[in-house]
Amino acid sequence: MSTVFLYALVGVVLFSLGLYALIVHAHLLRKILAINVMGSGVFLVLVALAKRTGEDTPDPVPHAMVITGIVVAVSATALALTLMLKLTAETGNAELPEDSRE
Amino acid sequence: MLQWALDALLGLGLLWLAWCALMSPNLLKAIVLFVAFGLLMALAWVRLDAPDIALAEAAIGAGLTGALLLAALARLRFAYADEETVGSPAQEEAKVRFPQWLPAVPLLLVVAGLGYVVLSLPPYATGLSTEVTANLESSGVSNPVTAVLLNFRGYDTLLELVVLLVALLGVWSLDGLALGRETAPGPVLDTLSRFLTPVFILVAAYLLWVGAHAPGGAFQAGSVLGAAGVLLLLAGWRFRAGLTELPLRLVLVAGPGAFVIVALVTMLMEGQLLEYSPEQASILILFLETTATFSIGATLAALFFGGRPQDDKEHT
Amino acid sequence: MIPSDYLSVALLIAGAIFFLAGTLGLLRFPDVYTRLHALTKADNVGLGLIVMGLVVQAESWAAVGKLLLIWVLVLLAGASVAHLVARGALQRGIRLWKR
Repeated sequence: MSTVFLYALVGVVLFSLGLYALIVHAHLLRKILAINVMGSGVFLVLVALAKRTGEDTPDPVPHAMVITGIVVAVSATALALTLMLKLTAETGNAELPEDSRE
Repeated sequence: MLQWALDALLGLGLLWLAWCALMSPNLLKAIVLFVAFGLLMALAWVRLDAPDIALAEAAIGAGLTGALLLAALARLRFAYADEETVGSPAQEEAKVRFPQWLPAVPLLLVVAGLGYVVLSLPPYATGLSTEVTANLESSGVSNPVTAVLLNFRGYDTLLELVVLLVALLGVWSLDGLALGRETAPGPVLDTLSRFLTPVFILVAAYLLWVGAHAPGGAFQAGSVLGAAGVLLLLAGWRFRAGLTELPLRLVLVAGPGAFVIVALVTMLMEGQLLEYSPEQASILILFLETTATFSIGATLAALFFGGRPQDDKEHT
Repeated sequence: MIPSDYLSVALLIAGAIFFLAGTLGLLRFPDVYTRLHALTKADNVGLGLIVMGLVVQAESWAAVGKLLLIWVLVLLAGASVAHLVARGALQRGIRLWKR
């Protein structure tokens, strides 16, 4: 198996690990961590597949998109963390409320 | 063979660290492991011939995200330390609502499906690299990633700067807890921040300049500036009175503002949004990157600070 | 391989051994202070040896300068952070390990 597909598969598994953690954890800080890991998985797939040019230089377009993505991820994380702190201040609980319809 | 073993080890290390970070019973440990994961990701980027991303990941993905997470955890524990329920280790422990294997079953199907799709892709695909190489001459820079970010797909970067600004506006409108000043920084942190700040500025300027022909650029430089801001904030430095209102806001909007102006001017002159003429491309890109660097640095530091900065009357 | 390559390999392997020792100390030592001791001491020398190994291979004096600058900055940051971690641990009342 080539390096490209090795890293792409690692990215797929990272995405799924993050999705699993996002589902099973109740604490919001853990959910934010999980979303960041999912993002890293997506970036890894994109950049690994950009290496398939068959030359020395990989495709720079996905690289630029991933740099953009990293900055967007950090701003989203900052906003999510502030929302988490506000929710905790309001409810005294750093978890989402259970579904009240049950 | 040795190369392959290294890649396999790195991939397994990434997966193991991610799993430990996601499943650690202690939240502080989880965040520290996540930072280590980010640094290992930077190594993976180097292995994938993406040094630009490696720089961004080491500075933003590992450094600033880690600082943001740690600051949020500290505020979570500090603000609600006296309440039994919140912030106690018992609540932070990985709480599970239903059998843990239940979501694992469909997720294994997701892994299998995505893995099949990835593996069924053709082993060779040039993507857009031929187009980028063909037009690199007229882009004004010789680093293809910078050419894509600032020239060919400049609108991505324009919108990204707007996203950063919107995130900061969101944080400010939520009126988040500003960074407290409950502990004295101590002489070591104080001296370190004084000594390192000029170095940070020098490194940022170097990364900005070198980005035209080598790995680097506005995002890496801006995140180094942001890291300098985080260090100064941790050392107890605060905005001087009079600087928090208009001057700070001007720096925050300088990057997206310059981008919008350049976009409008190029649209009037060339007929296309952000379509530079090859003669002016180099100087325009340098101008955009410089303003963007200042804005990114200020925005990241302000995101770390949390609340809306107030004039600090005691320390002027 | 030319003679300078052998020198590089020797320095890099020596550096890696220091890193290994530091990591072993981090994992096996009993409390935060002894772990910091193992980590900072071994990693500073280990990084120094690795930088030296790369300096031998450097193509220009500018690259040598950058490599040495990295080492100096990591030394500075490592020493300061070790101090801050130990100070924080002391302020939280974590006792020194005694046999």
